[in-house]
This record gives sequence, C-alpha cells and structure tokens, in this order.
Amino acid sequence: MAEKVLMKGNEALAEGAIRAGCRFFAGYPITPQNEVPEYMSWRQEEAGGAFVQAESEVSAINMLYGAAATGVRAMTSSSSPGLSLKQEGISYMAGADLPCLIVNIMRGGPGLGNIAGAQGDYTQATRGGGNGDYRTFVLAPFSVQELANFPKKAFELSEKYRVPAMILADGILGQMMEGMSFDFEPVDPKTLPQPCWAIGGKHADRARNMVFSYALGEGELEKMVLKRAERYALIERDEVIYEERDTQDAEVLIVAYGISARASIAAMNIARANGIKAGLLRPITLWPFPSKRIAELSKKVKAILCVEMSMGQMKVDVDLSVKNACPVYLHAKPGAFFPVAEEIAIAIESALKGRKDQLFNIEDLAKKAENKIYAVNNPVCKEGALL
Amino acid sequence: MNAITKRPSSLTQAQFHYCPGCGHSVVHRLVAEVIDELNIKDRAVVVAPVGCAVFADKYFDVDSIQGPHGRGPAIATGIKRAKPESIVFSYQGDGDLASIGMAEIVHAAARGENITVIFINNTIYGMTGGQMAPTTLVGQVATTAPKGRNEKLQGNPINVSEMLAQLKSAKYIERVSSDSAPNIIKAKKAIKKAFQNQLDGVGFSFVEVLSICPTNWGVTPLKGLEFLREKMIAQYPLGVFKDLTVANKEGK
Ligand SMILES: Cc1ncc(C[n+]2csc(CCOP(=O)(O)OP(=O)(O)O)c2C)c(N)n1
Ligand code: SF4
Repeated sequence: MAEKVLMKGNEALAEGAIRAGCRFFAGYPITPQNEVPEYMSWRQEEAGGAFVQAESEVSAINMLYGAAATGVRAMTSSSSPGLSLKQEGISYMAGADLPCLIVNIMRGGPGLGNIAGAQGDYTQATRGGGNGDYRTFVLAPFSVQELANFPKKAFELSEKYRVPAMILADGILGQMMEGMSFDFEPVDPKTLPQPCWAIGGKHADRARNMVFSYALGEGELEKMVLKRAERYALIERDEVIYEERDTQDAEVLIVAYGISARASIAAMNIARANGIKAGLLRPITLWPFPSKRIAELSKKVKAILCVEMSMGQMKVDVDLSVKNACPVYLHAKPGAFFPVAEEIAIAIESALKGRKDQLFNIEDLAKKAENKIYAVNNPVCKEGALL
Repeated sequence: MNAITKRPSSLTQAQFHYCPGCGHSVVHRLVAEVIDELNIKDRAVVVAPVGCAVFADKYFDVDSIQGPHGRGPAIATGIKRAKPESIVFSYQGDGDLASIGMAEIVHAAARGENITVIFINNTIYGMTGGQMAPTTLVGQVATTAPKGRNEKLQGNPINVSEMLAQLKSAKYIERVSSDSAPNIIKAKKAIKKAFQNQLDGVGFSFVEVLSICPTNWGVTPLKGLEFLREKMIAQYPLGVFKDLTVANKEGK
C-alpha cells in the first residue's frame, strides 16, 4: 500500500498528471488553480517534460493543441474565465480528434465573479463549450485522492476514443488539503505507443500525418461529424462512471457531484438520523451522464434532490433522465463557497414533504423580482443600483 | 532533353487554389525548395493559418497542423517544445499574424522560440474578401474602408518586422519581396536562413514577404506588382532588421 501523505488538491492533481505520463503543460495564472502551473514549472523539468507559461489562456490551449498533436500526454489547466477563452481551441481539438487533458478548477461567475469555489461551468463543460457539434469527457473528482487519480483515467479515456478530456473540479477541492496516496505505478511515457496519427519528430519510416478540423468538400463535414457521433454514442453506452450510497432503500435520492456531493453525504446522514431515508448518486463522469441509472432510481424514490453550486445546470440532465417519473427539486448554492449540510438536510425534508424550505422555486423568485421591477418606471435600476 | 527545373519534392501533387499572380504560390514554392535543399522533409511540420493559405497543409508534403486564426506561433511552440527534433514553421497572413494573432507572434518572439515564421504581407484580408488589415496602407481602399484607410479613424499600418526586431530574444528578422526575379532569389535566401537557424538552434527567425493580392486589390497582377514596388516598399522597406545568427552560433 502506498504511503499516505497530506497534499493540497491542486498539487495532487499536478503530481497525478506527471505520474500519468503527462510531459507537456501550458497554462496562465488564475486563482484558484495557480498551484497547478507553479508545481508543473519545476516538476516537468525534473521529469524531462516541457512547461510553458503562456501569454494567455488562448495561447495556452493552442500550445496544447500543438503538443497534443505530437502524441505526448499534454495538459493545460485554468479556472472559469480562462476556460471561456479556451473554448475555440477545445473545439479545434475535438474537431481534430486529439486526446488531451484540460482542467477547470471552477470559480464563481459570470464575468470576474469571485475566486471561491463554484460549479457554474457545468453546461459549458458538458455540452462542448465552443462552436460546433462536439463533446469532451468530463470527470468530476470529489476528493484530493480523486484529483490525483483522475488525470490517468482522463488520458486513457481520451486516447481510447480520441476525444479531449476535461477534469471539472472547483476551487474548494483545488485548495483543500487531505490525506491521500499515489496508489498507481507511475507511467513511463516511453512505454506508451506513439500514436499513428501524431505529427512531428524525425520520421523516415512513415507517411506524413495531417492534423486539422476542416472539411470543406461537399458532404465531408457531415461524414466527420457522424463518425464522431458514433464514438460519442459508444462512450455514452460504455464509459459512464458514478458512485451510489444508500440508494437501496432511499425515498429521497440526492444527485450531486464534486464538493456538493461531499456536503450531501453529511446531509444524508443528518436526514437518516431524523428518520428520512436519503441516498446519493454521485455522477463521476458528467459527460457521459449516468442518465440510465438515474432513470431507474427515479421509479423507486419519492423525490430527487439536485444539489449544485449553480442554478440548476446539472438538474437539466437529471430532468432529461427522469422524464417526470418523480418530482425533481433543486438546492442551489451558486458562488456561495460551500453548500451547507444542515441546509441540504432541510432541503431533503422539503423534497419529501412537498415544502419549500431550501428549495429553488421559480414562481416564488419571479414574484420577488416582479414586485421589485414593476414597482418603478425604470425596470432595471433605481438610483444606479441594480434591483 | 535535360530538365533545368522540377517540382520540389516537398510539394504534393495537389494543384494550388491561389489566384493567378498571388504571392502565396511563389512563397510556397520557395519554402518547398528550401525544405528539399536542407533535406528536412521528414522532420518538417507546417502550421497552416486561417486565411488564403489555410490549405498550406495540403500543398506541403510534410507533417501538418491547421489551427485557429492567428494562433500559429502558439501551436508551433507546443510542437517544438514537445518534439524538439521537429523543424516547425508557421505560415501566416497579415490578418492572421498582425491582427488577431498579434499576441501569439510577439510572445513567441519574446520567448525566443526556436521556430521559423513566414509572414505574407499583402496589406489585406484575402480570404474574406478584401477587408482592411492592420497592414493596409493609408489611403488604400478596402471593402471595410471604401474611401481608403483614413489615418485619423483607422490609424497607421503596423510594421511587424521593425516591431519584432525590438525584442531581445528574436534572432533573425528580414523583410523581402516577391515582386521580381532578383527579389525572389533574395527571398529564398532569407527563408533558407530562417530554416537553417532553427536547425542550428539559433532561435526565433522571421521572414516577412511582401506579396500581391490582385483579386482583392482589384487590379491585374502586373498592376499589382507596380503597386507593391511603388507604394508598399515605401511603407515597408526591405532589408534585415535583425541578425544575431552569427553571435548566437559563436555563443553556443
Ligand atoms: C476566429 C475567426 N475569426 C475570423 C475568421 C474569418 N477569417 C478567415 S480568413 C480571415 C482573414 C485572413 O486574412 P490574412 O491573414 O491577411 O490572409 P490572406 O487571406 O490575405 O492570405 C478571416 C478574418 C475566422 N476563420 N476565424
Ligand atoms: S484572394 Fe488574394 S491572397 Fe487570396 S489567393 Fe487570391 S490573390 Fe492570393
């Protein structure tokens, strides 16, 4: 058994990537992910890899594009506003069918938002946030241990299907320290096969390779998109990962990922102590989403409670899975730093008993806004302050 | 009969889609000849831009990657750092390099990336139909400057070579022209040097080639060449703006 050490999430992630054979990193400073490039700046050199501090996230993602095209395990990391800038590059890499790893240690948004943890980039991550019809793997760790383990998993999935992979975590996970161990053998990149599609290097022994995302001939693009769709379908069928806790007898099912799942486990225990049978399904892959399993469980439970640090972005996927088989509620904590177990416990009870406490309710919110907005002549602001 | 010239082996059999007289065709051939002469076909990588040269990847018979508008130098950085034995060149137009991709080219030069950049300055956005570029001359008509570029509204053209030459880590910067046989011979010499530098580990090497876009200038190729000689060179003087090749080689 590997030695247990205390490690910060971002550093565990960086070391986990190195041990997964990552030998290229490009990034740009942004809180709360700064420890990743800082760690990589010396660790890549030690490991014989390359580190570049790029002039922007736009540049970093394109450096990744170039490096990934050579077949090395390559990675970039950033936080929410930086991910917005990376979308063009991610779209190109999806279009060029390149494996790579992109990390988002999410912070509050929109705009500059704040630097606390958040989960507001769920939709952007799971729908392929750039232009065009594409997806990326999205892995959602919920502990420092998983931050260390997921880079390897992400590279393997990404290479198997030639689909970019993303690790979607949040500022709390990135910043927190926890006991963990590196429980897999470090990957020696020399033992990895050089992919047949890779460019660069010295090669007398193969025909030239081309990496590109365009298809301008008639019908060509459609063919490329459909081919990719086949792989996406296979991924949705075969690569779903999730964890269940106490779902056998659950009357309320919580669906939560990442740090929200941590708080939900504590809330579940409070609810059980109060006589409410709560269970948890934690999606680990957000794309592909565990829709099938959630649909099965929705027929057994009385209600589902989505807990997320965003305004129901994940709930959309739960709704699509459940198809009205049972009521689906939302406990939302956007940009609030941390979901609170006691509040979630109340939300669990509300979900079961048809109450409103700690649940997001569109009608109530609209009423609140209506009273403010229609009460004055200028509907958006009064004396310069947003209502 | 003896052949006195032949198609460079670093060009594929694909037929160029460039308009008659276009500078891209000339420069493609020069780059291919250089790749042949330096015998680097099996380690060269072309980074194709967004612009009329988007299909450079179809024409050069070497490994290739086509990237987002303006990001060539960042992509080239990624390739070169990951596979230092590659000979990487980014081929870019003036909208691509001097407008949307200005940050990428400046910082690749500032970092002193050991890459080669071929910059085609035709004073206009060719592919999208003749819009104003950062390099458009004052008074020159473009589809987004129908009365000619107005200094007061749109400022003055950017002289990229002069600008990059200010950066300490840029090692070789030259501006050449594709308008005449003597100038084309000089252009080839410059391109060859920019590749040789990479082989020698010298560092960032950049060749700006003045070219014509008869189609979007709305002139015949011959009139276009006249414009290049009379107007463009006045704004964009030819010559070497920086050459630390020798100093660097001795320093190694
Ligand atoms: C992000 C983005 N913005 C705009 C475009 C549209 N676009 C295609 S080519 C081009 C201009 C290319 O001009 P230049 O770099 O001067 O090359 P030329 O065609 O003259 O060789 C533009 C703006 C694009 N493809 N992507
Ligand atoms: S539009 Fe201009 S730059 Fe483009 S191929 Fe034609 S002449 Fe060349």
